Amino acid sequence: MTVVHAPVTGLLHVERVAADFPILSRTVRGGSRLVYLDSGATSQKPYAVLDAEREFYTRHNAAVHRGAHLLAEEATDAYELAREKIARLVGAETRELVFTKNATEAINLVAYSFSNATAKALHGRPLPEGAERFVLAPGDEIVVTEMEHHANLVPWQEVCDKTGAVLRWIGVDDDGRLDLDHPEHGLAAVLGERTRVVALTHQSNVLGTVTPVRQVADAAHAVGALVLLDACQSVPHMPVDVTELGVDYLAFSGHKMLGPSGIGVLWGRYALMDSMPPFLSGGSMIETVRMEGSTFAPPPQRFEAGVPMAAQAVGLGAAVDYLEALHSADGSLSGLAAVAAHEHALTGYALEALAEIPGVRVVGPTDTHARGSAVSFVVDGIHAHDVGQVLDDRGVEVRVGHHCAWPLHRRFGVAATTRATFYVYNGTRDIDDLASAVRHAQHFFGVA
Amino acid sequence: MNLESLYQEIILDHYKHPRGRGLREPFGAEVHHVNPTCGDELTLRVEVEGDTVTDVSYEGQGCSISQASVSVLYEQLVGQSVATGLATTAAFLELMQGRGQVEPDEEVLGDAVAFAGVAKYPARVKCALLGWMAWKDAVSQTVAQQTPEVAT
Repeated sequence: MTVVHAPVTGLLHVERVAADFPILSRTVRGGSRLVYLDSGATSQKPYAVLDAEREFYTRHNAAVHRGAHLLAEEATDAYELAREKIARLVGAETRELVFTKNATEAINLVAYSFSNATAKALHGRPLPEGAERFVLAPGDEIVVTEMEHHANLVPWQEVCDKTGAVLRWIGVDDDGRLDLDHPEHGLAAVLGERTRVVALTHQSNVLGTVTPVRQVADAAHAVGALVLLDACQSVPHMPVDVTELGVDYLAFSGHKMLGPSGIGVLWGRYALMDSMPPFLSGGSMIETVRMEGSTFAPPPQRFEAGVPMAAQAVGLGAAVDYLEALHSADGSLSGLAAVAAHEHALTGYALEALAEIPGVRVVGPTDTHARGSAVSFVVDGIHAHDVGQVLDDRGVEVRVGHHCAWPLHRRFGVAATTRATFYVYNGTRDIDDLASAVRHAQHFFGVA
Repeated sequence: MNLESLYQEIILDHYKHPRGRGLREPFGAEVHHVNPTCGDELTLRVEVEGDTVTDVSYEGQGCSISQASVSVLYEQLVGQSVATGLATTAAFLELMQGRGQVEPDEEVLGDAVAFAGVAKYPARVKCALLGWMAWKDAVSQTVAQQTPEVAT
């Protein structure tokens, strides 16, 4: 059967982009073309990023923010230039941006600010001015959503266990949207005067749902709570501006946006960051150190203990440059706006392609409204692991399992899903291969 | 490697027609094992009379490899002595962790030799082992309850 699709518009020049990514020219599993549809887990890296890291190590390598020799100066400049670039990307002030090991650590940094401040207050130990807003009392409430990645759920459960705070959550409706009007798990039901933090995702890594951040943030601020946004699946894929979003913290990872692994980013409003106690402590985060006790540097240094990941920061800076230089094949859009349009077009194409396969059900919104490019689905009669195995045999690399969102999968009554995620180097041909491989899996397991 | 060598007919047959499925009484111990990376879950009970494994009953959900594996385990081990069951388990574990380099002994493993191809896919080894690790856990508990003086 031949289905005639409307022409797909808004795409990047996929062949040219893909040529920048050396890994995409290799073959897998007996000579199959690599169809990489797992960028939601981690993205591939263009030459520009690989070259920037290599250039740093071959020309400028030194421990940053230490020493006064030439290489130390150059390495420190490169590291701080990367911070500036990344801050500019999300509309932040440079001094508000902290480099962490990954986004998980960035979220933990904020979570630990609460439990550390609470512990220090309990013992009457010194805290930065303004730290009382991080001191939790038993019965205070932390709000998350049912669609969070474990990285934005488990750290808050840990804070609750350490402080006596109570975890509450906003539910998810059958379409995969936040159920803001639910009588028990809606916004009005879970927010109250005891709410101290609201932590939510910008875009679900499973459903693709883009959440109404501004609405949630405004409601949270109205009850005096702070708002942390998990932007791991948004910053790599769309223009993000922290001022427009109206949140207090933003966490994202470098490796999902063409950058190296080993670097994540936390942005926080400066006044808040300045009133937080340290997370990891040690060298280079101090102001003075005496045997009797220490005082700490202002942000961002307060939160960057030890020799930082300079090459990774430089690589991430190069990734930002690369993303900002992209433009639509028709020249209409550039940078992250072009990336968003590209993925929007691919997502629509993928949702249509999967809808045409009997026995395949998408978990999450089935239209492209307020939706990013994570497309998770179940195939009737075949476990996701087995679907993934057949796809892999044809070079189609997807994620299978619960994608670190186990409660969300439980909410939809499924143990595991198969997830395809798209990025700048994917085109409609990749989705055709995906659909064809899914049909092959059905045939192989005798369910179609 | 190809798909057919991984998904042998025996595996697909056990997956579609699981043997011994369902939780039964009596049982000496019940365990619940999960595969945290994929969310597969298995509840498994073991009953031992004297030295003989008289029942292994189970309920769970998971992929074809994990479900077929526990079905094969049921067929292989029920009616055997505990010692034979543990020896089969040791041989299966060795096969699974052998990266495809271990020659399977059909005398010991029976239908479980069909899982030899799984060893070449490291990500699937834990699927094949889910039931066997649960059984090992449950039978140890059962035996320990029967002979508390030698339990360690």
